[in-house]
Amino acid sequence: MAELRQNGEALIAFDNVDLSLGGKPILAGIDVSIRKGEFLSVVGPSGCGKTSLLNLAAGLLMPSGGRITYDGKMVAGPRQEIAIVFQDYGKALLPWRTATGNIALALEAMNVPKAERETRIAELLDLIGLSEHAAKFPNQLSGGMQQRLQIARCLAQSPKVLLMDEPFGALDAMTRQALQDEVLSIAARTGATVLFITHDLEEAIYLGDRVIAMRPNPGRFEASFAIELPRPRDQLTTRERPEFLKLRRELFDVVKEVEH
Amino acid sequence: MSGQTTRFDWRGLVIPIGFVIAAELAARATGWESTMLAAPSDIVAAFWTALVDGTVLHATLATLATSLAGLCLGAAFGLLIGVLLGLSRTADRLMEFSIETLRPIPAVALIPIALLVFGFGFRMEISIVAFAAFWPILILSRAAVAGVEPRLIQVARALGFGHLARIWKIVLPAALPRIFVAFRLAAGIALIVAVTVEIAGNPIGLGYNMILAQQTLRPELMLALLVWLGIVGWAFNQFLLWSQKYLFGPAAMIRIER
Repeated sequence: MAELRQNGEALIAFDNVDLSLGGKPILAGIDVSIRKGEFLSVVGPSGCGKTSLLNLAAGLLMPSGGRITYDGKMVAGPRQEIAIVFQDYGKALLPWRTATGNIALALEAMNVPKAERETRIAELLDLIGLSEHAAKFPNQLSGGMQQRLQIARCLAQSPKVLLMDEPFGALDAMTRQALQDEVLSIAARTGATVLFITHDLEEAIYLGDRVIAMRPNPGRFEASFAIELPRPRDQLTTRERPEFLKLRRELFDVVKEVEH
Repeated sequence: MSGQTTRFDWRGLVIPIGFVIAAELAARATGWESTMLAAPSDIVAAFWTALVDGTVLHATLATLATSLAGLCLGAAFGLLIGVLLGLSRTADRLMEFSIETLRPIPAVALIPIALLVFGFGFRMEISIVAFAAFWPILILSRAAVAGVEPRLIQVARALGFGHLARIWKIVLPAALPRIFVAFRLAAGIALIVAVTVEIAGNPIGLGYNMILAQQTLRPELMLALLVWLGIVGWAFNQFLLWSQKYLFGPAAMIRIER
């Protein structure tokens, strides 16, 4: 497989990582370095181990072989500077806590003193445009708002890394585009490193500095594309650029070939 | 949230009131003399007498106190063990056989043993009520804890919560609505079992007063106590519903089905 390492300081590094669950090989020979501040998109057919890849980076799963390092140190478990945004926001939010309470959960985990929580929560709610819905429970919010809330809870951790597992897969097209731009602006503002899992090829290209395509059974890397589209990106002009269309074509061919 | 303030529908009273009037008319027309039945007016009179002389108050307090004490005792143990078994597969497998063999024993079948250990009185009745209330709480809280959304546990792990914080902040609140259902179920059972123990001979409470009235051929008092028991049971359940709503707020009232 092609050498995927690029210049720059590696924040998360997978070194020949294998993963088996219950004797079944899930991932094989994963080799990748994610640079500090990089936005890495990973695409692939369902069942190719994309989510497992993310869980390994999060420290929620341990590799069966190889090593994973974060900032040069072995990953031994979850850490607070790595935040995860799950696809199923409906299940990831605490239904018995309001929007405020859900964000407070992250601050409680960080042992932020009670006095400081209120201002932090207000800032975050304002950032994601949910200030008016602070006292509402998740089931009173739309899907897009719930996902925004989950993102705000992750941002409450002041994370250095955002792991996003098909976060917009269940949202309608308009909401999805709005949230894509919000994530880009958050990443640009905070300088966070992002690992973004998706099955939407255009989304992967639109957001990423690099796109990796995976192949299933067992999951491994098939191809890597550097995305040199200028930033800030724009939903209309970026998607109309010839490079974008060319990349989309190439990526589409790879994924189509892989799915056979 | 749900805001279920269902308005009381007065039409529901037509049948019971009609029944009472019919019974009264029948009693007056036939002038019945019975060891089983009594005219509604006699029942009300008997109830009034028992209320004024303190019998009802005394007996109600005794029955409610034993029910509540037994319920709390059984619920505390049931909850503790249920949560433990829901969290740990190993503990669950270890206990499964013991639970499944002990659980089918009818609580009232323990009256002879409890009598030997405690003799007549409150302690004997409380222990039997506790045994009866223990099982539904155990089984349902175990299921509630085991059924907590795995994604929430992952969220808590990713946030870096330790085991205790995970149980306190995620598992228990998530399981609370189901645990409350179990508690209300157990409360109903507790009242039934308490009265049964009293009828079986424990000389306290409403059950004992009922059997006493029956044996002294006072059907009007027996029936008055029966109606009163229904009212007490209803009020008990209303109290639990109220406390579920106001003490635990939205956490306890969120919809149970997913």
